[in-house]
Amino acid sequence: MQVTVNGAKHEVNAPPDMPLLWVLRDILGLTGTKFGCGMAQCGACTVHVDGEALRSCVMPVSATAGKAITTIEGLSPDSTHPVQRAWAELDVVQCGYCQSGQIMSAAALLAAKPRPTDDEIVAALTGNICRCGTYQRIRAAVHRAAELGRRA
Amino acid sequence: MNELTDPSRRDFLKTTAIVSGGLVIAFIVPGAGRFALAQPAPPPKLPPPNAFLRIGSDDTVTVLLSHSEMGQGIWTALPMLIAEELDADWSRIKVEHAPAAPVYAHTVFQMQMTGGSSSTWSEFDRYRQAGAMARALLVQAAAKRFRVKPAAVRTKNGEVIAGGKRARYGELAEAAGKLPPPKSVKLKDPKDWKIIGKATKRLDTPEKISGRAQFGMDVHFPGLLTAVVERAPVFGATVKSFDAAAAKAVPGVRAVVQVPSGVAVVADHFWAAKLGRDALKVDWDLGPNAGLDSTALHERFRQLAGTPGMVADQAGDAAGALAKAAKTIEAEYAVPYLAHAPMEPLNCTVRITPERCEIWTGTQFQTMDQGVAAAITGLKPEQITVHTTFLGGGFGRRATPTSDAVSEALHVAKAANAPVKTVWTREDDVRGGYYRSAFVHRVRAGAGADGLPLAWHHTVVGQSILVGTPFEAMLVKNGIDDTSVEGVHDSPYLKGVPDRRIELHSPKTGIPVLWWRSVGHSHTAFVMESMIDELALAAGKDPVNYRRVLLKDHPRSLGVLNLAAQKAGWGGALPAGRARGVAVHESFGSFVAQVAEVSVENGRIRVHRVVCAIDCGVAVNPEAVAAQMESGIAFGLSAALRSALHFKDGRVQESNFHDYEVLRMDEMPRVETHIVPSTAKMGGVGEVGVPPIAPAVANAVAVLTGQRLRELPLTLRT
Repeated sequence: MQVTVNGAKHEVNAPPDMPLLWVLRDILGLTGTKFGCGMAQCGACTVHVDGEALRSCVMPVSATAGKAITTIEGLSPDSTHPVQRAWAELDVVQCGYCQSGQIMSAAALLAAKPRPTDDEIVAALTGNICRCGTYQRIRAAVHRAAELGRRA
Repeated sequence: MNELTDPSRRDFLKTTAIVSGGLVIAFIVPGAGRFALAQPAPPPKLPPPNAFLRIGSDDTVTVLLSHSEMGQGIWTALPMLIAEELDADWSRIKVEHAPAAPVYAHTVFQMQMTGGSSSTWSEFDRYRQAGAMARALLVQAAAKRFRVKPAAVRTKNGEVIAGGKRARYGELAEAAGKLPPPKSVKLKDPKDWKIIGKATKRLDTPEKISGRAQFGMDVHFPGLLTAVVERAPVFGATVKSFDAAAAKAVPGVRAVVQVPSGVAVVADHFWAAKLGRDALKVDWDLGPNAGLDSTALHERFRQLAGTPGMVADQAGDAAGALAKAAKTIEAEYAVPYLAHAPMEPLNCTVRITPERCEIWTGTQFQTMDQGVAAAITGLKPEQITVHTTFLGGGFGRRATPTSDAVSEALHVAKAANAPVKTVWTREDDVRGGYYRSAFVHRVRAGAGADGLPLAWHHTVVGQSILVGTPFEAMLVKNGIDDTSVEGVHDSPYLKGVPDRRIELHSPKTGIPVLWWRSVGHSHTAFVMESMIDELALAAGKDPVNYRRVLLKDHPRSLGVLNLAAQKAGWGGALPAGRARGVAVHESFGSFVAQVAEVSVENGRIRVHRVVCAIDCGVAVNPEAVAAQMESGIAFGLSAALRSALHFKDGRVQESNFHDYEVLRMDEMPRVETHIVPSTAKMGGVGEVGVPPIAPAVANAVAVLTGQRLRELPLTLRT
């Protein structure tokens, strides 16, 4: 089976129902995408599939055939995506485990809605749990990323 | 993983001063010889050298962390201490977790561990001294090279300067490493601090926003297998027999092995191991806990609360004074069992060879892990290497006195005779025990004509964390586990109550319990601050003014109370349908007050704004202090509004985030943190934001609705 991740095509030997998360992590070695719940409850495994933020822990790898997958490793080559810059500026992270998923959800939101309201941010990110409780900074950082994105 | 297995990283511990191309700071830690627990005592005459930083010829200053980074920010705060005294160039600081070794024992708790909100205060002197020693050696080396007196040499931003001559630290590192370490160093006067006390951005951000950060879950090397373990469905159940045929038929499954905690399916990757476990058939002997039931447990705790317990504190005649009090309030409070549910499920990677055992894990308890590994492998502790990765949250769960997850992974790797990463699913994590115990408190408080408390009889019922662990002998006094009553028996409110009696029951239930972020304070603050509020409202007094009277001889509590009240606009107008509640609590040596602004919408409690004031003594990194207050409030709100575990027929009913709910962004209030400028004794930060939030919210709900909610999670009566 062929998967396209961060612009590169990979031939993978995996059962078709294997969740994309484990193909990324255990076969392709892309460990930036995290396992948190395995049932699309926490968002730690969020990746972009054709630009849409999806939970890779419940997505069979076979469903991604012919689609472009972007993981945190492929969001930008040097952490200069506006979301990453805003995250650094506002000192968002704590333990950091959920942040790949938070960043991918935020990046997809901004791609669809370059100037999101507070309510739109909450709606897009309430599926991403952070046990460190960095929500306040995430909310502010999404607004900041929107600003940075407009300037870019 | 090359960085973690680099032999130079281990070897430097064997040298006292020199490694090629750099300087290692070595000095003796007083008290390290008293190091007690799982670690064999080091030789008494020659305590091992300690190494906290390396200066490379490329000018990098690598700081070795004796504590584990789990979000609390010590990856930044401890380097700040070294950089301050070293006059280092902050942009050249690098950070690594230290290996497990006695030299990294906690300066107070005498074992290598992270907990008790203690990392910064316990390292405040040691890390500054390490920086000052390195600076002194660089100054000496420069004086020699420039042929001037050391007094003529100054340091600034990673450079040594003597008149018109300059040298970078990297140029002097090797020469400095050959000099004998100074016998004493003088630390800077706080007025000269340039780094300590300045809001400083985290040093671990670049890895954590790019997916590069290595958590235990991310460990990988050729030949590594992954295991998922089928564990007892009831605590204490044992395997009678199992049928592995279907599991072994799953492609990618390599082995199915029995271990003390259950049956492990070992496979090429997680997914195969998980499918293998799904196919596994295990017949269990359920043992004595098959009847565990939350409702029955709660009733048992309630009944105990009405009977005499062990006495944790006693003064005067509480019963007599209660009988004579002008007014009495009797109330019963309850909190449920809670899982820590860190975002990274538990996991541990183990590689055992005849000479060596390596462990990769995000741990809060390196010393315990090393001791457990030595016992299981038959190797000596110094043959056990613990590679501490980043922790995807800890909250106490990665600090078990049994090293449960590490111990199990060792058994799996040993039985499979291969390097194995044992991974817990979320369900395993939620159902795996080591919970915050449920507690019931029964309180009878008597007030005088002025409404102030005169008598207090308080019975606490809940499981002991420490009884039955290696810490019992040291920390349980006269049967009293302090972690069950902290926040009650030492409450500043009760110091002024002449007739008081605090009693404790520590029932055994078969459920493994553990410290959960803020430990006893996670329930005692809820009870004490709610009771004080009940008394204030019963007396018709303003809750802030009432507390001011009671705390008049406790200036740090009073200070944060006043600051939070002022910043929150206490007493000022609010939008319709909102009310404020306040709570103030001391824990881990710090003082925190919070004012919560709350409404009820469609029967749901909503917290809009929390104003938080903290006095933690010197705030080394105010940015991290603010972040930890936000974090503690979010963590405490999960317990206040959402989380609870239940048992039926011995089984944990919840399993994942759909039914073990935690706070999400839609319920996160706006948090404003104010730090009291303070040079008082340093306290902790990581846990202290948690205790006040539940009572602050409950107190607001009482004002708003007239309902006094005495159980967590807070649930409105309809």
